[in-house]
Amino acid sequence: MRRYAIIGSGAAGIAAAEAIRTSDAAAEINLISDDPHGFYSRPGLAYFLTGELPEDGLFPFSDKDFSNLRIRRIRGQAEQIDPQAHTLQISQGPTLPFDRLLIATGACASRPSMPGIDLEGVVKLDHLEDARRILHLAHRAKTVVVVGGGITALEIVEGLRARGKRTHYFLRGDRYWSNVLDEHESRLIEQRLQAEGVQLHYQTELSEIIGSKGQVAAVRTQDGRLIKTDMLAFAIGIQPRKTLAVQCGVMTDRGILVDDHLQTNLPDIFSAGDVAQVFDPISGKSVLDSLWGPARSQGTTAGKNMAGADEVYRKPAAFNVTRLSGLTTTIIGNVGKGPDGDLLTIARGDSETFRQLPDAITAQADFNVNHLRVLVGERHLLGAIVMGDQTLSKPLQHLVIRRAEITPIRQQLIQGTAALADILADFWIQWRSKDAQTLA
Amino acid sequence: MLKSLFRKEAVRRESLVAGQVVPDLVRCVQCGICTYSCPIGIDVRRHAWLGQPIKDSHCLTCGECIARCPRGVLRFERTNLFMLDNPQEED
Repeated sequence: MRRYAIIGSGAAGIAAAEAIRTSDAAAEINLISDDPHGFYSRPGLAYFLTGELPEDGLFPFSDKDFSNLRIRRIRGQAEQIDPQAHTLQISQGPTLPFDRLLIATGACASRPSMPGIDLEGVVKLDHLEDARRILHLAHRAKTVVVVGGGITALEIVEGLRARGKRTHYFLRGDRYWSNVLDEHESRLIEQRLQAEGVQLHYQTELSEIIGSKGQVAAVRTQDGRLIKTDMLAFAIGIQPRKTLAVQCGVMTDRGILVDDHLQTNLPDIFSAGDVAQVFDPISGKSVLDSLWGPARSQGTTAGKNMAGADEVYRKPAAFNVTRLSGLTTTIIGNVGKGPDGDLLTIARGDSETFRQLPDAITAQADFNVNHLRVLVGERHLLGAIVMGDQTLSKPLQHLVIRRAEITPIRQQLIQGTAALADILADFWIQWRSKDAQTLA
Repeated sequence: MLKSLFRKEAVRRESLVAGQVVPDLVRCVQCGICTYSCPIGIDVRRHAWLGQPIKDSHCLTCGECIARCPRGVLRFERTNLFMLDNPQEED
């Protein structure tokens, strides 16, 4: 009987446990987690903050699901790995022997170093405990300051605003999420935030957090302004939790370096999820991914390989879905800044199409803003962003990721006719039926 | 405005008889709003984890889970119940 140890109970860890159980019915699977709440939806914390979802709704697996999988859940901090002896020391707990080990410790919020960072009322959003703390503090707070330029910062802003707090949002640059969104898209989000009553501060950075009796009282900006606040939330990036790996001699860079089987440089030790730095054939570099979807599929591949399979993990083209200020947004392929020699034009339009796609009836259709941006290359679509109506998001996902040859519609896309969405929908229907014939 | 109002109603009626709710696994982050919103308590999230259509016979195809999902994971898809009447729609 093979003994498996999995450190981390996020999407990667759980997916690995499921994959191991599927391939190895007799395996002993130990799942070690320092999160007192075990497996829950981290992305779901955003909706817990807004009040759309109660806390107990965050847990995808019941105790019964875990017992069906026959996983032994151990709560504790993995303290040390001995790669030679194949053992794992758990703090104030047992020493676990293992035959295969998965490090899926995830990532945590980067912590800015500045005066006042340890004051009561300074928060981040990593875990359920953080979300609880935010809500607890928000109970008494009237004014909050949020710092950070990405999705997590926006989620905190939306959550606190939904709770009726006067919300100041500090942006380092002159618009929101400028490395992914174009100016129009940033403004779209900013206008919606402002309409909700969020106060945006452009080109604003913190220099100091000022406390009173150990509690946040105000923040000072680098240009010398003083803003009174009861809370300060920051989401300025994440750090892979790789210390454990570094200590036992696993090779790391920004995260844990793994090969295309998700194995580390040490035998029998694998890694997956936010902590793993995976080779990306498109850019030729090892990169970090910090999304639920890739974490889960890496976990599955790592689990299978730990159980003896020979499966290569192929990093898929970039794909992310999120909700920005109430707008469902899908980001496919390369849409951000950066040199792209192949880019011919950028086509923009309305994402709403009245074209009926085969077998789909409809998805959500109640958005008041529908926006579409498609990056058109010489022969392929390089990327796309779909905001609001998502009817086109699946077609674009296929066309971009599978690199469909777009020569027949290229001219139409370049000319920028109004019915961009319908051109793409029609093209996809044709492409799909051709594709089905080729596959048959 | 009026157009979209009728469109919604038409879609709802159509879905009630010919549709089922289908998840797109790659979009899902298991937040659970779908399960929480289901008026009859179907664990929609579990279906999404497994990548399976909501084939629960109790499903009303009311569309509540679709409307609430913050990431557009769920959509109505035609069942093949009426395919014989509309052979051109066959995939």
